[in-house]
Formats: sequence, structure tokens, C-alpha cells
Amino acid sequence: MGFTRPIPPYTFSHIPTDHNLLLLRGGAALKGYWKYFLNKLMWFLITFVFAVILNFILPRLMPGDPVAAIVARLARGMANTTGLTKVYQQYETLFGTNQPMIVQFFLYVRNAVHGNFGVSFSQYPRTVADVIGSSIWWTICLQFPAIIVGWIIGNVLGAIAAYVKGGFDRILMPVSIFISNLPAFGMAIILLVIFAVNLKWFPTSGGYGFDLIPSFTWTFLWSVIVHYQLPFWSIVLIAIGGQAIGMRSMSIYELNADYVKYSRFLGIQDSKIIGYVFRNAMLPQVTGLALSIGTMVGGALVAEIIFNYPGLGFTLLNAVLGQDYPLISAATLIVTVMVLSANFIIEILYGIIDPRIRASQSD
Amino acid sequence: MKNTLRQVFRSPNFVIGFVIFVALLLVVIVYPLIIPAAPLEIIGQGTFFPPGIYVNVFDTIGSPAYTLNLANAATKRIDAKLTNDARSQMKEWLVADGIPASKIDTTNSAALMALWTKNYDPNKSFSGMTFAKQRAYQRLDASLKGILGTTGVSIATKDPTTGVLTETGNIQQSDYANISQVSNVRVLPLGTDNFGRDVLTELVKAASVSLEIGVVAGIIATLIGLTLGLLAGYIGGMVDDIITFFTNIFTVIPSFVLLILISFSIGQDKRGAVTIAIVIGLTSWVWTARAVRSQVFSLRNRDHVNLSKLSGHSILRIIVSDILPYIASYVVMALILQISSAILAEAGLSILGLGPRTTEVPTLGLMMNWAMIYQAEILGDWWAYFPVLLTIALITFSMNLMNTGLDQVFNPALRS
Repeated sequence: MGFTRPIPPYTFSHIPTDHNLLLLRGGAALKGYWKYFLNKLMWFLITFVFAVILNFILPRLMPGDPVAAIVARLARGMANTTGLTKVYQQYETLFGTNQPMIVQFFLYVRNAVHGNFGVSFSQYPRTVADVIGSSIWWTICLQFPAIIVGWIIGNVLGAIAAYVKGGFDRILMPVSIFISNLPAFGMAIILLVIFAVNLKWFPTSGGYGFDLIPSFTWTFLWSVIVHYQLPFWSIVLIAIGGQAIGMRSMSIYELNADYVKYSRFLGIQDSKIIGYVFRNAMLPQVTGLALSIGTMVGGALVAEIIFNYPGLGFTLLNAVLGQDYPLISAATLIVTVMVLSANFIIEILYGIIDPRIRASQSD
Repeated sequence: MKNTLRQVFRSPNFVIGFVIFVALLLVVIVYPLIIPAAPLEIIGQGTFFPPGIYVNVFDTIGSPAYTLNLANAATKRIDAKLTNDARSQMKEWLVADGIPASKIDTTNSAALMALWTKNYDPNKSFSGMTFAKQRAYQRLDASLKGILGTTGVSIATKDPTTGVLTETGNIQQSDYANISQVSNVRVLPLGTDNFGRDVLTELVKAASVSLEIGVVAGIIATLIGLTLGLLAGYIGGMVDDIITFFTNIFTVIPSFVLLILISFSIGQDKRGAVTIAIVIGLTSWVWTARAVRSQVFSLRNRDHVNLSKLSGHSILRIIVSDILPYIASYVVMALILQISSAILAEAGLSILGLGPRTTEVPTLGLMMNWAMIYQAEILGDWWAYFPVLLTIALITFSMNLMNTGLDQVFNPALRS
């Protein structure tokens, strides 16, 4: 993972949690869930507003005059004078740079709501919305399936390691720790060099063949599938490593819990106990996914760059190289919205899966 | 304390991680003392020279010659000059000429050369062969001329006024120079990068800068997280509500988005390694704050803390002497993770082109960025990116191993 990694839950797994006190209270469950849902929705909206404010204010907090800096970059980067004046005028009206900060902010929000992020500096005359619109689906279709597949495989492997122990555990753990310590772009480069450059099984870059025009034909779809493999697996492998470690710790913790010993003592079938154990170990992993999804997306964006995959990561890179302020601002906003939404969806699902949520909220 | 340390050093995970880390640290410290070259000095004209020992050709001619008669010298020479490409081209022509493919052994250089010199005719043209192709064969033939020769090479110097060449020396095929007598030899264990800089020297410097970034960012993040966590957990009430509110917000807003925005806004000219470290530190305190808060929360109503309160000790004293010792081990673990993730964060930022400005110091991320921009991975120039990747992985791996080891010592439930 390329960016600041959350401290995984297993690091602090000694912190007493209450998830062994599984209390089911069916009666007020639905009401409890609604409370939970509304609470999460409120947090989603608050964080959303904060994210928008930060996205607006951070670039403007910096010392120096941002407008002058942007115009200077503009003048340096573009040879096309008609384009230059057009972008400049557009920028002035769009951001209302002469007005006070608070007016600028509402202008920014209004434009963002209308999907109007201005004209891209580096890809003039395309609009930012157009650039983002053409890259966002590549990212969504690549990252979310990859993260979910990696999460599932990682959890299964971690649970097996915890239960089987012995040789499997002794091999899986160091390998997982090593892999999860590799930055996502590192895994991407290794896969690229082995499977694309040396073995030539897959193409080295792009989202589809350079000689194709996007259309619904078999050649195009096949090309997309072939180009999809390496970026996909590089993200999956990284996710597996981290998740396996977390799930192993959680499972070991649960396997040693008193309720397991008590159930064994009562003579309940082993397979049944294990079902409960892994379900209980799984729940913190779901929250773990919600908390780490932002980091995973960040790492995967950098992995996209390695493969020149036409997603948001690549767009971001081009925006940085082209000093394209409106494009960076919009891309970061979209990524934030994606992460916040994914987080929200996971928490909502978590509320459905975990009965304690309903129980505790109805108190 | 002593007992804890002994316990920690008995954990195999911790020891392995510690040894790797100390070894890296030693290399970073000792290497510049032995080889004091400037890490960003451009020595090579051209990109990506492969790793090896570079011997000055001019000095080799001037150094004393020794005659060694080695049996396989000629074969080796031919083998080296006949590239795989040339071999397959020769086979192609010979097959077109009517010689059965089974009779041509491309691995036997001498036989192949003999077959070629016997059959090749530069004027022969086959149907379907383009003129360009015919010329390509002629060039190949010309380059092969003299490959079987046994005569030496003359060295001539040019008279500066008349331009007349006079022979000043002759190098026989059996002449050898002793490498210790050649005055200029440069070992480039990892070759050069896209700018023609010694990769190994650069890498060592980059590792030390990246470690510095990691340590500065880690300490900043841990201090902020620790302070906020202690305040929220111990004081509680309004303070806790406010801090928890912000912690909750910043857990979901991805920190790399903030990193990108801040780094871009600072601007290329003002972005030094320290600035980047501070920015990373300022955006990654959230996890420490959360963990410390929940720790302190469970500690603050313990008997010894209550006793301290009843004795009228100040909040600062209670925190320092009654709470900090209990969470110290976890703070250290958090610090280790913060350092390793800060190193990764720097690498990610640099690949995006938002790393420290490039003129002063290399960092691991910047080296990756340069290698990627010049497509080292596609060109097969592994020395430009693989050692960097390995260094990053070793640093973070060793730190996580230490962390896992500590976790197992302080959290007996995880010991299997």
C-alpha cells in the first residue's frame, strides 16, 4: 500500500472488546437498526461536508497567492493564446477569485453540485468533468472487485492459518507479512516485469489495446479483460496479505475465548463452534475493511500508474505533471466521495450482519 | 524494564526484524564513510549502464601488457561478438540459400561461422527478399569480417598539424592487462540510473533520507496522536467529544487525498524532504489517537489512578507516572508502524510526482519515480528499480516484524 496505512486492528487486539457478550434481543431490533442507520448517515453527511471544506480550503491556506501561482503555471504551460485567455476567463468566473472566501466557497459548492469543475489546464479544451467521467469507471471496476476478492481470500487464508496452525501457518504468516509490507506499486512492478515484460502473457500498459476504439465487440472486451488481469491481481495480492494477518490474530483470539472452551465442555460439535468462532472473528474484519478502504484505494491508485491504467490514478498523475489545478482538485474530491461512500455502505452492511448493533442501539 | 527487554529479544520475530533493520542502518551509516562520492553526481553520459566493473580503455592500452595463451580465448571472443540476433539472422539466410535447417547449429559459433563464410554471397538475392533486408545481411557480413582474424589491432596517434597517423603500438589478441595496474577502474555494483548516476551510492543516500522522513513523520504523528489520545481519554467530557469528532472524521477522509492536496499546494520549489515529512506526520496521527484514547479510557478508573487523584497529584503527574508507563509499549509499537507507513507514503507521493524537490537529495520514492518515468521496468533495466523496491520492502518488513514480535510479547493471547 502506497500511503499511510492504518494501524491494523490486530495491533491492539488486546483491547477488551465486548464482542464476546453476544446478546440477542429480537424485539426492538428493527428500531435499533434504524437508529444505527441514521447515526451512520449523519456521520456520512458530516464527514462529507468536512471533506468538501478541506478540499476547498487546503489549497487556499497555503502561503502566497494561489491565483497568481495558477496563472503563472498557466502561462508557462500553454502555447495556445486563445485557449489561454479562455481558460483564464473561465477560471475567473468559475472560482470568483476576487470575492471573499465564503462567497468563493458557495460558488465552489454550487459548481461542484452541477458537476462543473471548469476546464482542464493540461487537456484543454476538455472539461474536468469529461476527463474524470471517462476515467472514474475504470477505477471503480478495477478497485472494488479487487479489494473485495482480496478481502475474502485473505480472510479465508487467515482463518485456516489460525485453525490448522503448524506448517501452513508458519509459511503463510511470514509470506503475508512480507507481501503486505510491499507497497502496492511494488507488487504491480513485480507482476509487470514477470508476466508482461519477460513472459509476455499480458500487455504492459493501458486499459485496452492501443489499436482499438471502445465498443461492444468481442475483440474489445477480450482486450479489456486481458489488460485487467495484472492490475487486478496486484491489488488482490496486497489485500490478501494484510487481511490474512488480521484474520489470523482475530481467530486465534476467538479460539482461546472462554465461550469456546465452555462450548467444547458442553460437547457441542467442533464444526459448529468453529462456525461461531469465525463469524465472530469476521465481524471486526468487516469494520477493518471499512477503516482501511481509503488506504487501499490510495495504494491502488498508485498501482494504476504503473500499468498506465486509464483510471483516476493515472489522471491524477497527468494532472500533477501538467500542473492542472482544477483536475487535481476534482479528482481528489471524487476519490474522497468514493471512499466515503464505500465506507458508508460497508458500515450499513455491518449493521445488518451484526446483531449486537441492533441490540446495543435499542438500549 | 530489563526483564521486558530480555523477553522482547527472545521473540524470534522481533530479533529477525531488529537484525535486518540494524544491518540496513549500519550500511546507511558506514557506506558514505568508505565511499564519500556525492550521491547525485552525474558520472555516466547516457542512461542505465548495467552493473559491473568499468575499466578505462585508454588506461588499459597504456598499462603493461602480459601475454597469456589461453586455449578458449578465441572461441569466447567469437561467442561474445555473435549475438543471438545475428545467429538467427545468419540461419535465416542460410536456410533461404537451401541449406537444411537441421544442419545449422546456431549454438556452435565456429561451425556457424565456417558455414557462413563458405556460403554467403552479398550479391545473391532471393525472391521475396526486400532490398533493405539484403542490405541488412551485407551489414551483418561486414561486421563479422575479421571476427576470425588472428592479427592484433594497431594503435595510431594523429599528428595534430599534418593529420598523418603514425603507429605507436600494437595490441595482440593474447595481450592481457592486470586490472590492478590500470589507473582508472570504477566498480558500479548496481550500474547507473537514467541520469547516469551511481545507483548504489544514490540508493544508500536515498535510504537514509527516507528513514529520516519516516522518523520525523512518525514522531510528529505519534506525538500528536498521543497528546490527543491522552487528553480525550483522560479528561473526557467535552474535550473527548470534540477530539473524537475530529478523529472520526479524519479516519474516513483518506489521508493520501489530504497529502496530495497539501503537497501540490506547497509547490515544487518549497517541497523539501523535511516539509514532506512534516506533512505526512500531520496527516497520519489519527490511528494513534484512537488507540491511545481507548487505552487511557480503560486505565483511568483503575485503583492506582484513583489513589493518585485522591493524593492530589496534578493531571500531568498522573498522566506521566500512572498512565504513560502502561501504554508505553503500545506507543512504541504505534511509532514503529507510523515510521514504516510514512516511508511508504513518501514513496507513493513521489511516484505521483509530488515528492520532495529533486535537486538536492534522493529518496526511495524519487528513485522509483525516475525509474518509472524512464520506463526502466519495460526496458529490463532491473538495477534501477528492483534494489529500491527491495530496500523499501526490507525497511517496512523489518519494522513490521519487530512490531509483531512486540505484540506477541505484550499480548500473550497471540502466542501460539
